[in-house]
Amino acid sequence: MPAAGVVMIIAVLLIVLALVYYLVSTIVALQRITNSLDEAITGVVGIIEKSAPVDEVVNSINANLDAGVDLLEGLLVKKAGMEDAVGLVEGLYPGAAGEGFRNFPESKETKAPRISEVYTKGTLTLARLGREAPIAGASPNGPALRNPAYGSTAARGLYPEVRQTRPASLARSPVIGTDSPVQYEPSESPGVRKRMPVVVGAPAGPSPAEGGVVKSGLAFLRRLKND
Amino acid sequence: MTLEWIGDAVLLLVVLPVVVYLLRGVLNAANSIVPSVRQIAAAATAGSKDLDATALLLTTQDQVQKTIEVAADYGGSLDVILDDAR
Repeated sequence: MPAAGVVMIIAVLLIVLALVYYLVSTIVALQRITNSLDEAITGVVGIIEKSAPVDEVVNSINANLDAGVDLLEGLLVKKAGMEDAVGLVEGLYPGAAGEGFRNFPESKETKAPRISEVYTKGTLTLARLGREAPIAGASPNGPALRNPAYGSTAARGLYPEVRQTRPASLARSPVIGTDSPVQYEPSESPGVRKRMPVVVGAPAGPSPAEGGVVKSGLAFLRRLKND
Repeated sequence: MTLEWIGDAVLLLVVLPVVVYLLRGVLNAANSIVPSVRQIAAAATAGSKDLDATALLLTTQDQVQKTIEVAADYGGSLDVILDDAR
């Protein structure tokens, strides 16, 4: 065999060896890729399975929360009025009044009163709950409470003024006992006095003949019977 | 005879290096994919584990429903005991 033929055979063998080496290495690398892709597919399938009901559940939660927002917004606006409702929201969450209520587009144009600077939360709650309570009658023209954390003393000033500055004007508590200045006779039936009490040493009232105590007692019994 | 030597030279000096170059490129590309795919697999597995908590959404859904029901009850009562603003 000529030397050139031997060299050619060696060259071809080298090429084949290179092909085998690199192709086998490539096959091994592709097998690793396949195994990793199997793991990835398993994970992705898990994600798909676990996230499948999320849409329905989240939609249900959102629907319930929407109903809650509708309920609370409607109740707040209905009971407090648009202006006070916006002021309440602004007082609790500064800046939120600008966004307005979702179901009341006109609330965006409503100017929020500075409720939180005027009343403490407790006072505000009382004022909102008791529209006919004394606080509701006295508070609109009263001074503003500037210390919401320790404003309880100032809050008392919103009530009709007797006890806080003029306690001496309050009626004294009744004194009981045999030496008490006002003597009560035991009643035969609960809640019904035989006659009105008479203060010891006080001038005598009108006689029964004049229709004083007896007349008022009869009127009381008449009212009681009507009730 | 001369042509055979030329052919041998072409095989050894041209064909063999080209084949080696091309196959090495394919091998490098395949090897470079492996870590990326492993990272994807790890991320998918971690994501799947993170979604284990989605079962708790059912509890959340139930709690939200109960909360709204309670709020509706309170709202109904407040609607009765409080006067309207106007």
